[in-house]
Amino acid sequence: MADLQSQDYIRRSASNLTPPSVRHHELEVAKLIDVSRCIGCKACQSACMEWNNLRPDMEEFQGAYENPHDLNPGTWTLMRFAEYEDEQGNLEWLIRKDGCMHCEDPGCLKACPAPGAIVQYANGIVDFISENCIGCGYCVKGCPFNIPRISAEDHKSYKCTLCSDRVGVGLEPACVKTCPTGAIMFGSKDDMKDWAGERIAELKERGFQNAGLYDPPEVGGTHVMYVLHHADKPSLYSGLPDKPHISALVGAWKGFLKPVALAGLAFAAIGAFVHSIVSGPNETTEADEAHARAEMEKAKRDGSAKS
Amino acid sequence: MSYPKGTIVRNSTATRLNHWITGICFVLLTLSGLAMFHPVFFWLSNLFGSGQWMRAVHPWLGVTLVVSFLGLFVQFWRDNLWNRDDTAWAKSLDKVLDNREEEVPPVGRFNAGQKVVFWGMALIIPVLFVTGILIWEVYFGHATAIETQRVALLIHSLAAIGAMLIWVAHVYAAIWVKGSMRAMLHGWVTPGWAFRHHRKWFQGLVASGSPGPTPDSTAKFRD
Ligand code: HEM
Ligand code: SF4
Ligand code: SF4
Repeated sequence: MADLQSQDYIRRSASNLTPPSVRHHELEVAKLIDVSRCIGCKACQSACMEWNNLRPDMEEFQGAYENPHDLNPGTWTLMRFAEYEDEQGNLEWLIRKDGCMHCEDPGCLKACPAPGAIVQYANGIVDFISENCIGCGYCVKGCPFNIPRISAEDHKSYKCTLCSDRVGVGLEPACVKTCPTGAIMFGSKDDMKDWAGERIAELKERGFQNAGLYDPPEVGGTHVMYVLHHADKPSLYSGLPDKPHISALVGAWKGFLKPVALAGLAFAAIGAFVHSIVSGPNETTEADEAHARAEMEKAKRDGSAKS
Repeated sequence: MSYPKGTIVRNSTATRLNHWITGICFVLLTLSGLAMFHPVFFWLSNLFGSGQWMRAVHPWLGVTLVVSFLGLFVQFWRDNLWNRDDTAWAKSLDKVLDNREEEVPPVGRFNAGQKVVFWGMALIIPVLFVTGILIWEVYFGHATAIETQRVALLIHSLAAIGAMLIWVAHVYAAIWVKGSMRAMLHGWVTPGWAFRHHRKWFQGLVASGSPGPTPDSTAKFRD
């Protein structure tokens, strides 16, 4: 979609200038995944494959419904199944649709060295523009949710686009359209928060005291949010991070080091230039040659005297 | 390779070839590395065809650099061992910088500045190699945990900046001290050059009658 730009960018990887941004009257969108309504049918996983023309290899059955066993360049969303025994000894089957969270402050974009390989539209969607991607894998290190996957065939990074191509023309994402139970909703972020609030109140009435919304402030909130019955322990849901944040290592590398290193290099180069102007070249003089010749002749005399 | 009459051999043909393979690799690594390090340099990726090509070629240049630098290390390490002359030389750095080399204590084949460059690179290049392998997405992307790769990437870029700073000093010294560039391009220096900058090395050669680069060389000095 790089050439057919129908939405504004609010962020563009490895770019210091303001990206095109006059079409700013755009609502922030969000996808709301209500885990408590999900039945694990994987219709969304199939719809994603269908809309995006993805056909990942099926992997071996390993005693769980999860297949494939991890996200990969052709699997942008994956149903993850966790079995959890609660305090009362009841078995709870916690099913989570995993995929890109479309962070408001995306670590992938922060880490990416290629201008325009990762962009964030004014509606909040974080998209990878494959033609600009160089395949370095920095986005993998930047992401707090372990989402991007690099293809071994074309060396491009892939992840959920939140169906930016559909959203750009006013359609909802394919997974949303297909979900038979209404567990996946899509709309403006404000509407989704309101809707989640109602749903959470219902869950609390039903006894899920810790029900809540997963919209982690550490990454500025996300444009994919979950309603969780155990919002106090997100990690129960197949390792959803309790407090996702861009690694401090990535922060130091992309924040502090870059200007300091550039200043250091500029300082060294300018220092050398100034020295050249102040002190000039260090040249061998005629006197040096004369001294050297004298020493060589003396050595030869001593040598012939000896022999 | 023949050298002009009455000159001293500073670097053999093999050493020079080895040096320039290392140097070209280093420059290309710096250009491609900087392009990935900071957006203001990303245009340098065009020198490599495209960003994809640059990303693909950088680690291979790195591997070549390591092998090539090993060759230099074997040839140079002995003459780079630190001794008392170097401490004395370093204490007169202000005079060195001021081109008053007559007043500076004499040193052997390499001075303290060159030794710092040598050991600095000898330390940093292996660090770049190990961390570079860890962040080599194509082959080692799944070999280690993402957290390990984050650490490796930070160290790799820090080490690279350190190497580049050393490199700036190295290149400037070669431009500043006239005759050094010729010593690495064509291999020879004048006796006066050797007397001025590396007197003990010069005296060692004279005493043994060697044309360089080492006093134990069996060839006799031509005059
Ligand atoms: C010694 C062997 C080396 C290896 C195996 C290596 C490998 C790598 C790899 C795999 C990357 C990630 C990008 C890519 O996949 O191409 C990288 C980035 C980089 N390399 Fe190297 N490299 C080596 C030496 C060097 C040297 C000598 C320099 C420069 C002095 C250098 C400077 C850089 C820089 C500046 C980056 C970008 C780091 C950033 O984005 O912050 N590398 N290297
Ligand atoms: S979840 Fe990861 S890949 Fe998705 S926007 Fe956030 S940082 Fe980027
Ligand atoms: S792999 Fe592509 S998208 Fe990811 S950081 Fe590198 S250039 Fe950016």
